[in-house]
Amino acid sequence: MKNWPLFEIFIRSKNGLDHRHVGSLHAADAEMAIENARDVYTRRMEGVSIWVVESKNITASDPSEAEALFEPAMDKIYRHPTFYDLPDELKHM
Amino acid sequence: MIPKDHLFDFMLIHADTSLIISQRLSEWCGHGPVLEQDMAMTNLALDHIGRARLLYQYASELENAGRSEDELAFLRDELDYKNLLLAEYPNTDFAFTVTRQFFLDAFYIDLLDKLSGSADSRLAHIANKSLKETQYHYKWSSDWMIRLGDGTEISHEKVQNAVDRLWEYTGEIFQPAECELGMMEAGVAPSYEELSDSWHQRVNSVLAEATLKKPQSTWQQKGGKTGHHTEHLGYLLAEMQYMQRAYPGLDW
Repeated sequence: MKNWPLFEIFIRSKNGLDHRHVGSLHAADAEMAIENARDVYTRRMEGVSIWVVESKNITASDPSEAEALFEPAMDKIYRHPTFYDLPDELKHM
Repeated sequence: MIPKDHLFDFMLIHADTSLIISQRLSEWCGHGPVLEQDMAMTNLALDHIGRARLLYQYASELENAGRSEDELAFLRDELDYKNLLLAEYPNTDFAFTVTRQFFLDAFYIDLLDKLSGSADSRLAHIANKSLKETQYHYKWSSDWMIRLGDGTEISHEKVQNAVDRLWEYTGEIFQPAECELGMMEAGVAPSYEELSDSWHQRVNSVLAEATLKKPQSTWQQKGGKTGHHTEHLGYLLAEMQYMQRAYPGLDW
């Protein structure tokens, strides 16, 4: 059981919402990961759907490249749609 | 109309079985082989205690003698317990726990399915709620039977040993007690012959997939439903009932 791979767990809390990352756990395979996730992460009715993916299959961005990746966006406030006058009827923008 | 004492006894058989298996499963709390299975088994324990409560509450109303669900659970003696012997069998190891659970789940999944259409509407309601839980329990226990049986040499050996040792406690499940016969006649409980057939079908197919051998021995223990228990139940009750016995009426 020490050799069980790590899985990342994603749970959708309600129909219509997105799956969100909730944590990770060990399991022998994906099927067991779903059952384990059910027991560990949905005991208080947190979800209606579970996704699991083996952690090794996730490719992450390199933290040392964070400046190059993300800082150039900081001074480009015109990319935010904050310069429009929205009518009052339009909700959730 | 079925006699009330038949219904009462029937509730006790299944309430007691649920309570005792719950107590056994909860012994794993903090000792599971891995964190995820520790939680899986305590979840099973909680489902069983919830079911035991519903059945004790109904039993308490049927008896109508002022005994509460707590008194039924914590203030009866060993001879008054009607749980299946299988439920009181010690955890021993993970393979025994999984096998014990599988043998029980393979029975309850069909019993509860039939009872959810019972002529007794209160019982049908309880069965309907419990069925969804047991469908998951059955998935958990049958998956683990297959994983262990078809796993490594050691896991195969351990689970085969558990199957062989626990086999003698499975026959009792389908030996109807007087109350069960009464309820079958009244059409409130399903036929135990049918239940036995479908139990064997489930067990055959899971054992085959798990590459496990079905034991050939036919000698079977009995007595749980009539209060004749193995030596293990007394110790379990002593621990489970300690607080109520030492501090009568103790509440949270």
